[in-house]
Amino acid sequence: MERTTIDLWVGLFVLLGLGAILVLALKVGNLGGVNMSDAYSVSANFSNIGGLKVRAPVKSAGVVVGRVSGVHFDGERHEAVATLKLDKQYTFSKDASASIMTSGLLGEQYIALETGGDSAHLKEGDKIKITQSAVVLESLIGQFLYNKAADGGENK
Amino acid sequence: MPNSLVRGVRRTGHRVIDSLWRLGVASRFFVLILLHSGTSFRRLHLIIKELFSTGVLSLIIILVSGLFVGMVLGMQGYDTLQRYGSEEALGVMVALSLVRELGPVVAALLFASRAGSAITAEIGLMKATEQLSAMEMMAVNPIARVVAPRFWAGVISMPLLAAMFSAMGVFGGYLVGVKLIGVDEGSFWSQMQNAVDFQQDIVNGIIKSFVFGVAVTAIALFEGYDAPPTAEGVSGATTRTVVTSSLAILALDFMLTAFMFRGEG
Repeated sequence: MERTTIDLWVGLFVLLGLGAILVLALKVGNLGGVNMSDAYSVSANFSNIGGLKVRAPVKSAGVVVGRVSGVHFDGERHEAVATLKLDKQYTFSKDASASIMTSGLLGEQYIALETGGDSAHLKEGDKIKITQSAVVLESLIGQFLYNKAADGGENK
Repeated sequence: MPNSLVRGVRRTGHRVIDSLWRLGVASRFFVLILLHSGTSFRRLHLIIKELFSTGVLSLIIILVSGLFVGMVLGMQGYDTLQRYGSEEALGVMVALSLVRELGPVVAALLFASRAGSAITAEIGLMKATEQLSAMEMMAVNPIARVVAPRFWAGVISMPLLAAMFSAMGVFGGYLVGVKLIGVDEGSFWSQMQNAVDFQQDIVNGIIKSFVFGVAVTAIALFEGYDAPPTAEGVSGATTRTVVTSSLAILALDFMLTAFMFRGEG
């Protein structure tokens, strides 16, 4: 098959296009981020998850170690259940604690995972027992006002 | 008075039936293209030749407009975001709006006016100068020889062009946001990477541009093939290509967006 300059240009064009897709995938998207192919999932109950969303990061010491893979409501215990997918290369003790934090004042919410002292590790399907719910700004303000009013009453 | 009323009704009816007729012919034409694509894939050099004229020659306009659209997005986005003190989210805004919407849609609109009109004019002139009938006389199927390679060239080049448009736009947003205005480079990229999902955003954008590629090329080919074989007919068909395919792109975009991003956080 004879080659022409057109073939060269078309080859360059296709290469540029595929390169653009690759750039979008690696540089713009999060495909190059935490690879979750090797992961184990654990669950945690929260009395209030605030604005936690699926795919929110799970961080330990500020480093992303996994993602929230699902959020649903437990109708019997009336609690929210968050399923976390954690990277296989990180292990946490069985008595690890999970708390829902906010990055920045109004930023997105994430789960902070802190390891405990137990020598046994969390395994696939385990449940994190010690949890701390999200801080809801309205209830915080309400509590503050309530305390303020109580203080005012005492001072009189 | 009733006479003109009757004439009005008759004209409306004629228009409706005529456009239905055209729709039917267009659908049959589309099926014919798909049926004859097998032969055109066996003669790959035909597709490559058309890839050159639809893809490579559209490269400059796509890259330059992508850069400018990204730069404008960077400026406008910064202007709004800094009011809420969240100018670090500039990368997210630029990347998401480009990858999800602007990349596929604007690239397809440019493609319709740059390559679609050329396809219509070329095929319309081929018909007007009776080259297509000459092919039929030589027992060469003009749909397999002329139409199907152009169709596949358009369908292949559209997603590639849209991806280049988006990548170039993100680069333009980076130039303006980080280099010109001074948004922190690290948070520009890291917030972008956190927010943009490969499956949800990038793959859906590519699917969109693929659908637009099919729509634009099929409309351009049909208008050319169906054009009255006169100078006036070809010019009218070229205009119709740009108008119809632009409308089709926007309508399809709404439908695809409703399917893809419905109620997702």
